[in-house]
Amino acid sequence: MSKRLRRSMLFVPGNNPALIIDAAVFSPDSIILDLEDAVAVDQKDAARELVVRALQTLDFGNCELCVRINGRHTPFFADDIRALVPARPHVLRLAMVESPEDIIYTDQFIDHCEREAGLPSGSVKLMASIETARGVTNAAKIAVSSPRLIAISFGAEDFTHSIQSERTAQGQELLFARSAVVLAARAAGIDPIDTVYSNIDDEPGFRADVKAAKQLGFAGKSCVHPRQVAIVHDVYRPTSDEVYKAERVLAAYADALQKGTGVISVDGRMVDGPIVAKAQRIVDIARAAGSGRGVQV
Amino acid sequence: MIMTTNAIGRSVPLFVQNLGNFKPYAGVFATTPTGNHHATPIRRSPSTGNKLLPSIRESILASGLKSGMTISFHHSFRNGDMLVNMVVNEIASLGIRDITLAPSSLQSVHSALLPHIRSGVISAITTSGLRGELAEVLTRELPLKSPVVIRSHGGRARAIESGELRIDVAFLGASAADVYGNMNGVHGSTAFGSLGYAMVDAQYANCVVAVTDNLVPYPAIPISIPQTQVDYVVRVDKIGDPAGIMTGATRLTRDPLELYIAAQATLVIEASGYFNEGFSFQAGTGGASLAVAKFLKERMAETGLRAGFCTGGSTGYVCEMLHEGYFSAILDTQCFDLAAVESLRTHPRHVEMSASFYANPHSKACTAHITDIMMLGATEIDTAYNVNVLTGSDGIMMGASGGHSDTAAGTKLRLVTAPLIRGRFPIVVDKVHTVITPGECIDVLVTERGIAVNPLQKALAERLKQAGIETVTIEELQWRAEKLTGRPEPLPQSEDIVALVEYRDGTLIDVVRRVI
Repeated sequence: MSKRLRRSMLFVPGNNPALIIDAAVFSPDSIILDLEDAVAVDQKDAARELVVRALQTLDFGNCELCVRINGRHTPFFADDIRALVPARPHVLRLAMVESPEDIIYTDQFIDHCEREAGLPSGSVKLMASIETARGVTNAAKIAVSSPRLIAISFGAEDFTHSIQSERTAQGQELLFARSAVVLAARAAGIDPIDTVYSNIDDEPGFRADVKAAKQLGFAGKSCVHPRQVAIVHDVYRPTSDEVYKAERVLAAYADALQKGTGVISVDGRMVDGPIVAKAQRIVDIARAAGSGRGVQV
Repeated sequence: MIMTTNAIGRSVPLFVQNLGNFKPYAGVFATTPTGNHHATPIRRSPSTGNKLLPSIRESILASGLKSGMTISFHHSFRNGDMLVNMVVNEIASLGIRDITLAPSSLQSVHSALLPHIRSGVISAITTSGLRGELAEVLTRELPLKSPVVIRSHGGRARAIESGELRIDVAFLGASAADVYGNMNGVHGSTAFGSLGYAMVDAQYANCVVAVTDNLVPYPAIPISIPQTQVDYVVRVDKIGDPAGIMTGATRLTRDPLELYIAAQATLVIEASGYFNEGFSFQAGTGGASLAVAKFLKERMAETGLRAGFCTGGSTGYVCEMLHEGYFSAILDTQCFDLAAVESLRTHPRHVEMSASFYANPHSKACTAHITDIMMLGATEIDTAYNVNVLTGSDGIMMGASGGHSDTAAGTKLRLVTAPLIRGRFPIVVDKVHTVITPGECIDVLVTERGIAVNPLQKALAERLKQAGIETVTIEELQWRAEKLTGRPEPLPQSEDIVALVEYRDGTLIDVVRRVI
């Protein structure tokens, strides 16, 4: 019943070997080796080669490995997919997705590369990055456009540009779009991932932003600096009271299954499917966070 | 050269031409001192109240310095120091030769001494550390009559007090001094803070010359080194370059890897059993260690727990912790930034201590033996936990023995923090190139890729386990590093010995061989 957590997705420039080697040290749930914005146009080939080698040779522990590839309408898109699929990253994160067609096209391209590499279809998953007004408008359709899709991420910088607005600390300009992405992803049963917070020195601001994202329903947050990972995990860490209650729910559920009891109640409250699922999620996150108290860096 | 093997398996000489006999290292507290302290000549107090001489040259002449003698300096001006080069230039121009240079440490700015080394003005060196071109030449060539003798801060104080290292003339720079010889390092444009390292020289050198660029009305207060120990005073135009002496405030690292290591080290400290009310602490300045102070402060703020004294050198950050009540006092041999100098000048519980007070194993009490928690660095650590902080991965001297072995010998919890991979090299090796601190004095190694506890420290390992802190063997860390870096080839080196590494008790713990 437990599924992979995606609380923190740490961006690492695809052209920086030192940062790639150290990325797993910070234990993000996912590492995103970036071939898009972090890499200059004249370094795309070298970075792609480096990322392929990194995927083939380095031990990233339990981290999910994603590669952010260049958008469908760039000259790098096809080369990125051809080179990466045989190296078997867990996920390809496609930048600037605006329509279901972007995903369907990419899905088929990956499928073709999987066949050529002798991999089962669907080995490499997809994540759609929605970063424009058009993308947000189509979010619900994008979210159900491929069984390969495991998450949708939201990109605020390009989005504010596309609606001809500016980013503010309060983030009112993003509220609708963030909620639209959450609804689309949750309705499709996949993970919504919130946008990055670029001011790496503003820890209180980042913490507030993560809290807001969690409250809106995001499964996690894209991180641009390793220091942000522990803060995300801290915000998403359930309280000991929540864990205690969740464990009681799961125990009661397991007990009921064994005995074949129909209706379960814990502390006088009826327990149904969604409550069991929620309890499982809390326990999963608590386990991932570890029992010891962490130190944020 | 007759060699022997010491208690940690290192081959060391029993006799060295021009330096005499040596004993091999036999254990951390194996040496019992005998004899008396060195005594200095009795002088008459000048009737004029003025010891001022017009120049460095005049002070050299007045001191009676002759060929074959030993001169000393303190290293508090760090890489902004102008005094050492200034004095040696004058010595050379006077035709004096064959001098032993015995400063508390040397920096890359002292590479300007190389012509005087090659010409024989300086023929021997003893120091805590050396860097830059000077260090490179001294590791690759044999320009001196004898190997460099590396001493720890406590070991140097011990050698001076016992008369093993006899200083004929100490030239001690001060950012403020009066004409009668009182001096301090907290006033003036070249203020550097504590005069802790100079205090031993002032007390035991046969002749003491105070050199300042800031002559103040009598008495120069605070009196860090008193008039009773000073023979002559010289005023020069400029004694140091403030830009090289220190920065405004040592900044906390922003490197995420160092911060991560610091966070892990903080968890280890909390679980160690030594993070208790009144604990004493030495932070150091490097990478992760200052961040540990910050994290410990956060824990103290949460829990209400307060520390006792902070020892060693001081930075603005630990001074701030004193001012806010987290530490009860700072005992200071060396200020690392201007914020620390300001604190020393103004805060009543921030005081100077001499290198002997700090770390001398043969003084009647040294602070290093009563400290609870010490953060240590390493350029290399081997699977027997021996630590190198002197030579780099290329075998060239580039650091300093400093207080490393002194504090490691006496402190209750000795943590080494280091990135597991530095440059392209693993930090954990089979055998360190140079042993500065023996492995039995190291309790735990904290890296970004795992924590290893010295198997000698079973109780500590158990406490970490109970706290849920995962540890691995140091061999596992070595494997994790080598998986990324491969195994480095052995360094090509000759049999020639370019430096002797004294343990703090004066025995030889290792040698540095010439790099080919």
